[in-house]
Amino acid sequence: MTTTRVADLSTTEVVRQSLAGRRVNVGAIAFQLGLLVTLLTSLLILVVLLGDIIVAALPTFRDRGLDFVTSPLSLSADSAGVLSGITGSLAITVVVALVAFPVGIGAAVYLEEYAPDNRLTRIIATNIRNLAGVPSIVYGLLGLAVFVRLVDLIGLGGDRGGRNVLAAGLTLAVLVLPIVIITSLEALRAVPNTIREAGVGVGATKWEVIRHHVLPSAAPGILTGAVLTLSRAFGETAPLFVIGVATGFFASADSAGIIDRLTGAYTALPVVVFSWTRQTDPLFLETLAPAAIVVLLVVLLTANAGAIILRNRFERQW
Amino acid sequence: MVSGSDVTGEMETPMETTDTAGPDTAGSAAASPAAAADAPATSAQTAAPAVFDVSGLTVFYGDFRAVADITLPVLENEITAFIGPSGCGKSTVLRCFNRMNDLIQSARVQGSVKYHGVDLYDEDVDPVEVRRRIGMVFQKPNPFPKSIYDNIAFGPKIAGFKGNMDDLVHESLQRAALWDEVKDKLKESAFALSGGQQQRLCIARAIATSPDVVLMDEPASALDPIATLRIEELMFELKADYTIIIVTHNMQQAARVSDRTAFFNVDIDETGQRTGRLVEFNETGTIFTNPSEKATEDYITGRFG
Repeated sequence: MTTTRVADLSTTEVVRQSLAGRRVNVGAIAFQLGLLVTLLTSLLILVVLLGDIIVAALPTFRDRGLDFVTSPLSLSADSAGVLSGITGSLAITVVVALVAFPVGIGAAVYLEEYAPDNRLTRIIATNIRNLAGVPSIVYGLLGLAVFVRLVDLIGLGGDRGGRNVLAAGLTLAVLVLPIVIITSLEALRAVPNTIREAGVGVGATKWEVIRHHVLPSAAPGILTGAVLTLSRAFGETAPLFVIGVATGFFASADSAGIIDRLTGAYTALPVVVFSWTRQTDPLFLETLAPAAIVVLLVVLLTANAGAIILRNRFERQW
Repeated sequence: MVSGSDVTGEMETPMETTDTAGPDTAGSAAASPAAAADAPATSAQTAAPAVFDVSGLTVFYGDFRAVADITLPVLENEITAFIGPSGCGKSTVLRCFNRMNDLIQSARVQGSVKYHGVDLYDEDVDPVEVRRRIGMVFQKPNPFPKSIYDNIAFGPKIAGFKGNMDDLVHESLQRAALWDEVKDKLKESAFALSGGQQQRLCIARAIATSPDVVLMDEPASALDPIATLRIEELMFELKADYTIIIVTHNMQQAARVSDRTAFFNVDIDETGQRTGRLVEFNETGTIFTNPSEKATEDYITGRFG
């Protein structure tokens, strides 16, 4: 009895010692701190940038209020607004969504659900990934060579020979297409095979399984990709210059119909920001450009928030 | 082997005469039930007609031969159990009965799986039509990420069911012994159910399309003993209307629920290739009390596997 207790005690002691924590590990703490610093640095840069812009933009909003948002472009800093940029960007985004979503999601469904898993398929999938990394200016050149002409060819060129919202939307749609395909592919891949088996097992055709089970299950992921895509298209600037976005002042009659607006001169929010930074009147650079940036960010964040709400609702449905 | 001959011998009568090839194939697979075909069918028992008649079934995944030369009948309104160690190909064989292997790109099937005399692998057979008649319950409960109601209604809906869907859902859940537990939450997510309930939902979903056969691939392996028991009771009840084939790792389960048992084993050749084959097929009582093959006896007595 006594001996066992002694043995127990010593075992306990041995275990206690072996379990006792090491001394403070300086290296680990330093490493952790280092990681924290990198995080804070990037956050700090972002906060400083945002703060700087917002401070610079404040006078515009204070003096002009909503007038700044609802006024069209103007050569005078007192009356210039971003309305043309907002409507142009929104119109382009709508064209992008209408073209890139069906084509991109369709391509992803084919690749993931129908295409045989062979070398050719893998080569195609890899190259779609590569396309996502192609500089956007290249797409601009493509847009100029193909879409501007195409739009003009089919009679929607308007008075600017195809350099309009339609061509811009098509160009940006092709630009974001790889992203739509990739994110949709990932979302489809994440749908467990057990769901496909369950659907096929009750006698559904492949299409019925995709339509009723796979796509709804993948929808939140696909929507997330769609949001990213639209943000990218909304903020894209470089290709627009190549395909003839208006960088200066232009006027469109208030009475212009939707066709005229789609085929006429256009601009986009980031393009407005860019052109204002190059105006001779310093007011454009110092107060109007920051205000336009703030509007750009607000529109983007609102759109993202809306899409996230939509996605969450989709997730909870059923 | 004697009682085995009853089974297969009687089987011969309603089936195609091509099966008389049995004695020839007997040489290659001595234990194959077809080998018994030459024995006279003398049992007084009235044999149920065969729903499936599998002969010389060999399945490849790419170059890998997963199972070879499977020959066995599956009788109507019976529960047939497939037992055997992991990797012996019993699930692979099961998935040939409703062309589920079609989903695997590399899968290739030789031999024939006759369903009421029609080879399921004939060119003009539509696998979708096959699966409407031959339902399946999977190893892991896999309800659709939808409501309980929609889980049941999906199959009949796409099959063009014109009757009263509410009644059908009610009836299917009732038959799967789940109605009382879910009747107040039909519109709620199927994922809110417990594992055992989900599996019964999957069974209800499988029988909602009024199939002829229900295939069950280790339906209780992810469930606790009580849920397992419920599934087994359910199988007993369903047997009256359906033919059931169940793959199971659980020998007690096979012994409890099945009428006939097929024991599969793995052959490993000199190159290390593993191929599943059917060692013995007989009435469950015989398999478990008086197996004719040493491997079967070793397996059921727990000496391997």
